[in-house]
This record gives sequence, C-alpha cells and structure tokens, in this order.
Amino acid sequence: MTSRPELQAPPEIFYNDDEARKYTSSSRIIDIQAKLSERAVELLALPNDDVPRLLLDIGCGSGLSGETLSENGHQWIGLDISQSMLDVALEREVEGDLVLGDMGQGLGLRPGVIDGAISISAVQWLCNADKSSHEPRIRLKAFFGSLYRCLGRGARAVLQVYPENLAQRELILGFAMRAGFSGGIVVDFPHSTKRRKEYLVLTCGPPSSAAPRGKGEDGESCSDEDSSGDEDNQSVCISDRHRPRKKQRLNKKMKGREWVLKKKEQMRRKGNAVPADTKYTARKRKARF
Amino acid sequence: MRLLTHNMLSSNIKGVTNGFPLLIEVEKVVEKQVDFNEDFLRNMFAKIEWKALVKASRTMGYTELPENSEASMLNSDEFLRKFHHALLELHLEEGALVCPETGRKFPVNKGIPNMLLHEDEV
Repeated sequence: MTSRPELQAPPEIFYNDDEARKYTSSSRIIDIQAKLSERAVELLALPNDDVPRLLLDIGCGSGLSGETLSENGHQWIGLDISQSMLDVALEREVEGDLVLGDMGQGLGLRPGVIDGAISISAVQWLCNADKSSHEPRIRLKAFFGSLYRCLGRGARAVLQVYPENLAQRELILGFAMRAGFSGGIVVDFPHSTKRRKEYLVLTCGPPSSAAPRGKGEDGESCSDEDSSGDEDNQSVCISDRHRPRKKQRLNKKMKGREWVLKKKEQMRRKGNAVPADTKYTARKRKARF
Repeated sequence: MRLLTHNMLSSNIKGVTNGFPLLIEVEKVVEKQVDFNEDFLRNMFAKIEWKALVKASRTMGYTELPENSEASMLNSDEFLRKFHHALLELHLEEGALVCPETGRKFPVNKGIPNMLLHEDEV
C-alpha cells in the first residue's frame, strides 16, 4: 500500500468528504499546512510596504493556506478541483474567493493582474494521468503557461511540491522554464528525510535577486526555532528503532549461574537426579558454537 | 464570489479568443462587510477593467458607480467607498457566469463558480 495520495485516486475523488474533514479536525495537518504556507509567503518576497496584494492560491483546498494570506492582510483567490474541500473552506468562512477549477486546464484569468501566487502540495498532481484524456505534459504546459500570463511582471510564484522522484522534479521544473519563468528549487532541510520540503520559486521575467536559500542547508543543524528534538532524535536512533523488541528484553533478564544453581537445588530437594555443581555449570558457550 | 474575482476571470474554453468579461446571471446576491483599505484600492485600480466592473455591478443591482473613471478620482473618499463596496462587498451567491462568445454557462453555487471544463472544451 502506498502512502502517496497521488497514486491512490484522482484529486477530486481522493479529497472526498471524509478526507476533507481531516483538514478541519487534525491539528497536525493544520499545523504543517500553516508552516508551509508561512514559508511560501516568506519566499514570495512581496515588497514590505503594508499594501495588500491580490494573490492566487492554487490548490487552496480547505483554505488553510489562504488563512495565512489573510493574516498577512492580502486579498486572495483560491482555486481547487475538489468540491468537498471547498465546502469545508466555506464552513471555515475563509476571506478569499473560491473557484472550482482544474489547474491542468489552464487558469482562465486575465493577463498581468495577479501580484503573486502560492501553491501548497498541489502541482505534483499534474504529473498523473487520471483520465484517458489527461496528458501530463499538455496539462503542465497549460498550467505554467496560464500562470505566467496572469502574473504581473516581476511577480513571483512559490509552489511547494512533493515530487515523487528526480524525473518528476525535472519534468515540472522544465515546463516552468519553458513557460518563461526564471528561478529554481529551494530545498529546506535537505538532509532530513521527514522535514525536507521543496519549493519551486519562479519569477516572471528576469530574476529580481539571487535565489533565496533553503533552511538548514550546508551543515547548519536542522534544529531551528521549533524542532522540539523529537523528530531529530528519531532520525539519529534509527538502529535502535529497528531492533526487535524481544531481543532487547531477553538481554536484560538473562538467566545467569545463580538462577541455574537455585533451580538445581530445588530439583535435588524434590529427590530428582541432578548432576553435581562444577565450574562448568551454567558457563557461557563460546561465540563460535 | 466578489466582483474583484469576476473582474479577473475569463472564459478558458478552447478556441475562444475574447472570453472577457463573463456575463452574470443573478439569482441571489449577498452583501458582506469588508474592512476598507485605501492602499489596496489604489493598487488595484490600474488592474481593474472599469467597464466590466460597472456593468457587473449594475447587473447585481448596484448603480452608484460612474460610467467612466480616471486616476484623479481616487482622491475622492466618496468614490473610493463606492469602488470598495462594488469590488469587495457584493457577493454573487447563486447564479451563473456566461461565456460572452459561446454562451456556455458556468454555474455559481454557494458563491463558488464552477469553472471546470468538459473534455471537449480543453
């Protein structure tokens, strides 16, 4: 059984009412989504002048990422393919506008009107062909082409993705470049399997500044402000984790010479024939036996 | 759906050259209070297609917006209030958006326009 939702069902089916419900009830999911979107907004590098911008949230789902945008004072338009997720967003009374749409069909927005776009864990869905009419390459091209058109000049798009493998990463990045974007991938915590997160940071037109750096790169320890040690410890103690429980317990309570002598005494008292105690009683076997 | 979003959306159907502006069929309009922010309005003004906004707000039953606009009007507080109301506070709750070229209807339910295309429209 695979844990990647992309391999289980198309998004509009996978994110049904049950799955959408998780996004309001699970504090863990909410926490992760909030952190991802905060980082995405940071990478968006909007000018720091307190003017609210019009942003786009691609694959907005239940509006968790949009909430971060609202907290930063921006107006946003959210696009998602799952009606169930959008219903949850309505329940949460998000401030942005919601649109039911498929990013693989192109965004359908006027050119040059959007000040920035974010997307949390959505774009990798485009690599799947869920219907016979789906051709990932055409859908990626339509998506990045329409994204490039609707963004204003110099605007950025920050897309957090979970590519399945190297080929998928290159496919996505390749189509972004072909659409005219400049930029690249920012990897946070590249040495951690769990916390590793990839962001496609794309700029319309020439890059305004050097690409931002990922968190926890080059030897910098992964423990920034919030790592409570739990996750780090887990990755350090891998050998311990994989050791079978039974063996550990046996090692602690090994029955030694004393225990054997006690048992033999008990048997003697019962009148059984017991070999005499010698220096060989309960001695250890050689390792190579 | 606010008129801000309506002003950005265009019909995405294959072969349509001018899918903007989408016509509005109104069934239900609601008004929601939104915080007034002058900076946002000034920033958005250049990007708004004024004619489309005026037409859309009239179909929604709000007739206060002037027919034509220019940047100098942004200095008037009264104008900004009207602009703000039309852009952010009028919500199309139920109805449809209609592609100006093909007449294809995109239904709007609970304020969410369904812009999904059929396979032959991509």
